[in-house]
Amino acid sequence: MRDLETDLEELRESYTSGKTKEASWRKSQLNGLLTLLKEKEKDIFNALEHDLGKHYAEAYRDEVGTLTKSVNLALSSLKDWMAVKKAKLPLPAFPSTAKVFPEPLGVVLIFSTWNFPFGLSLEPLIGAVAAGNAVVLKPSELAPASSSFLAASISTYLDKKAVKVIEGGQVVGEHLLGYKWDKIFFTGSTQVARAVLTAAVKHITPVTLELGGKSPAIFDSFSSSWDKEMVIKRVLGGKFGTCAGQACIGIDYILVQEGYAPTLVELLKNGTVKMFGENPRETKSMARIINKQHFSRLKNLLDDPSVKSCIVHGGGMDEHNLFIEPTILMNPPLEASIMTDEIFGPLLPIITLKKIEDSIGFINSRPKPLAIYAFTRNETLQKRIVSETSSGSVTFNDAVIQYAADTVPFGGVGESGFGSYHGKFSFDAFTHEKPVLSRAMISEFWFRFPPWNDNKLALTKKAYSFDYFGFVLVLLGLKK
Amino acid sequence: MAEDSETTKVFDAEAAASLMKDLRGSYASGKTRSYEWRVAQLKNMMKIVDDHEQDILDAIRADLCKPDQEAYIAEISIMKSSCMRALGELHRWMKPEKVKTSVTTFPSSAEIVSEPLGVILIIGAWNFPLLLSLDPAIGAIAAGNAVVLKPSELCPATSSLIAKLVGKYLDSSCVRVVEGAVAETSVLLEQKWDKIFFTGSGRVGRIVLAAAAKHLTPVTLELGGKCPVVVDSDINLPVAIKRIAGGKWTSNNGQACIAPDYVITTKDFAPKLIDALKHQLEAWYGKDPLESKDLAHIVNSHHFDRLLKLLDDDKVSGKIIHGGQRDKANLKFAPTILLDVPEDSMIMGEEIFGPLLPIFTNSSSDGPASNEPVKRFVPTVGTLFQTGSLFRRQRTTMVDKLEECFDMIISRGKPLAAYLFTNNKKLKEKFVKTVSAGGLVINDTVLHFAEKTLPFGGVGESGMGSYHGKFSYDNFSHRKSVLYKGFAGDSSARYPPYSDRKLKLLKALLSGSVIGVILALIGWS
Repeated sequence: MRDLETDLEELRESYTSGKTKEASWRKSQLNGLLTLLKEKEKDIFNALEHDLGKHYAEAYRDEVGTLTKSVNLALSSLKDWMAVKKAKLPLPAFPSTAKVFPEPLGVVLIFSTWNFPFGLSLEPLIGAVAAGNAVVLKPSELAPASSSFLAASISTYLDKKAVKVIEGGQVVGEHLLGYKWDKIFFTGSTQVARAVLTAAVKHITPVTLELGGKSPAIFDSFSSSWDKEMVIKRVLGGKFGTCAGQACIGIDYILVQEGYAPTLVELLKNGTVKMFGENPRETKSMARIINKQHFSRLKNLLDDPSVKSCIVHGGGMDEHNLFIEPTILMNPPLEASIMTDEIFGPLLPIITLKKIEDSIGFINSRPKPLAIYAFTRNETLQKRIVSETSSGSVTFNDAVIQYAADTVPFGGVGESGFGSYHGKFSFDAFTHEKPVLSRAMISEFWFRFPPWNDNKLALTKKAYSFDYFGFVLVLLGLKK
Repeated sequence: MAEDSETTKVFDAEAAASLMKDLRGSYASGKTRSYEWRVAQLKNMMKIVDDHEQDILDAIRADLCKPDQEAYIAEISIMKSSCMRALGELHRWMKPEKVKTSVTTFPSSAEIVSEPLGVILIIGAWNFPLLLSLDPAIGAIAAGNAVVLKPSELCPATSSLIAKLVGKYLDSSCVRVVEGAVAETSVLLEQKWDKIFFTGSGRVGRIVLAAAAKHLTPVTLELGGKCPVVVDSDINLPVAIKRIAGGKWTSNNGQACIAPDYVITTKDFAPKLIDALKHQLEAWYGKDPLESKDLAHIVNSHHFDRLLKLLDDDKVSGKIIHGGQRDKANLKFAPTILLDVPEDSMIMGEEIFGPLLPIFTNSSSDGPASNEPVKRFVPTVGTLFQTGSLFRRQRTTMVDKLEECFDMIISRGKPLAAYLFTNNKKLKEKFVKTVSAGGLVINDTVLHFAEKTLPFGGVGESGMGSYHGKFSYDNFSHRKSVLYKGFAGDSSARYPPYSDRKLKLLKALLSGSVIGVILALIGWS
């Protein structure tokens, strides 16, 4: 690990030299990313096709396109984000000024994951360099083509003395965690998150955790067929169309009122065939499962006979090609793994409830998910969902799309994580907002200091309660 | 009564689990969410401070021998202003924040909704025993959470007063106080909290972080550090002296996380500065400070001995130029000034947290005696060694130019606060640009603590997270994104089956191209 030591020293030196704080440096890195995304688009598509069997349109929609949007936003907003903000001060503080200076944290570590190997590596990276930090990015070894592409291209397009990609698996990750970082940004599973948090204790390193959970979709009834068609597409897109369900904000399961369930199942079945074809594996419209281990994990979820019998559509598995077709289940047992663990695959359980409003209690009895989706026009239900449930985010009448929104924070709460990013929130995630209070040296309130007496105490009380008149009276000796 | 049983019975793991169960039940009932409940609690918090001002001052005096006026300024008045601000602003804070949405998610509307995290644990510190327990609680309650407070056991009178008053005035189904020390804190930390707010030392802060890691609990740590004061020669000395000395010795006799820890000034200016300090101290505390009633005591004999040890070092004790008087039986320690102690002495290796003020003008010429780099602060020994040695070569001329002393500050990690006294604009700018700390104050000390519009918190070794004013409210809230998507035409480019043509359309859409969106709305696919 000799090289690693040298690398980290170089990073620390780059940061200490002050160059990463300059706006020009930050812009050059962001422009470098933009150029990378444009010039190497085909290579990125190839890497994603290799690692996940992603179609290039999906790759563009979910990774290259959103990244391009994010870099452009950072470039156009950088001046604003870097600007010093003025804070208001109360009158007794006069004459003073208070400003808040955003400053970088230093040398930061980003752990990415395998399902959106570019998106989940570069979105945090955009924030980190925009905020003026030196960066180490550790992509996931489970997406090897993407990882090695990132390692090669980042050093070409960005400042390799201040932004480095370090490849490897668990051993490398653990080794990295032994060093002192000014921030760690982690996307991944709760199990590894605990190890990251524990390692961060030694140096009191602040951490952002982007985890997952079981993101439910509440499905209300719709009368208009236009509405129905639209939302069904969005549900299917948000489940099977997003990395074959291997997404932290993918729809995990559906909640529907029992009377409406048969209609929903029909709509979903038909919609699935329309979108993915009779033979989804042939149409290349769905990503494949990342590796054998996850394939087996998903297979085991269905192996349970009490779960298998609930399959109402799909269920076909091709182990050789790591492909699972879109699969819909009706009311699998709630204690089965498919309903207790995050699915992270193209299996869609539908759970029926007596009333759609019961979905609120159902969700609240489970850990807080990263996203809650609700397909409904009912404003009362919408209001109740927002105020009575807790999740990273809530999206009405669509799914996954919040990932592309940069005016709202993207992050979890409770078991789904803490901290957030996207848009300015990415910049903030890697920034220390440093307040600077500046005072004039005209004179000093003598009553602030000892020796203490009752008169001074009275003046202090008046001043601190902004009772200016009372203050003057005490001063003049006309009041105690 | 609830609070009696908690103080008389042993608070063990079972008690902690039962407490958590109670509070989770109360929180789940939804009662802490309403504006009315929050306002009622905040109003009662205000009553605690208004109606029991004397009891509070008496308790703090009993625990710390803190003069009433000091306790009033530092604790009571800040509590009052926190309550007032929360009461005045709560309506605005609770409102969802509407945000714009971009063409990418068109048509849609979005807002950010602040919601409480759930059940919060607040661990207070001993130096401002009322404030550092109740002030965070104001934020937690304003944000709609249920709260457990664990005040410091080093201040037993204040701790039990807090337990009594909170039990009496606040809703005990949702706000509870657990008194105790290490054992009680440990069992509390085993529970799963939705957030932990800790004020105290880095050592205990790490214990809290480790416990929180198991449950993925977010934590705010308000720690400390060595807060430096850089003093230029072109200043209004009488005013500056009051502010420096005040920040140090009227803040619990130096036992404050943001109190000036050490001073750096030029060789030429030092005599003037020291002389002014000596005069100011005599004016405030008299010829024999140990007799003064206006000086807070050291909290206990453990900390007293710790301070003695810092002075024990031969190379340090010879550098005392003022003060040094002490009375262990009464835990009194006079304001003490030292000049140019060795940079690698223990007094410069850890946060002093007491009335000792080292002044640097020129470092001691001890040669390469201890080149031990401060390992904590950089990932490899190599880098630090380099800066360390560079730094030592410059020692004799170091503070001739004050700018160079910034390196000294930076090499000691990021403190909670850093102070600069100067009228030189360039020096101010360099200071702000170069020195990273929780907060900076130019031409004063500690005052930023009282400004509610500024976030108060540390960075690096001095902590994570911030509070005061709205920052308190946000600290204990989850800002939840809510996106409302319309039903107008989706671009089919979003969905499979995919094609080159769809890719082109996606590019138009994601780049925010209006034409691209129009085409999509018409349903061209």
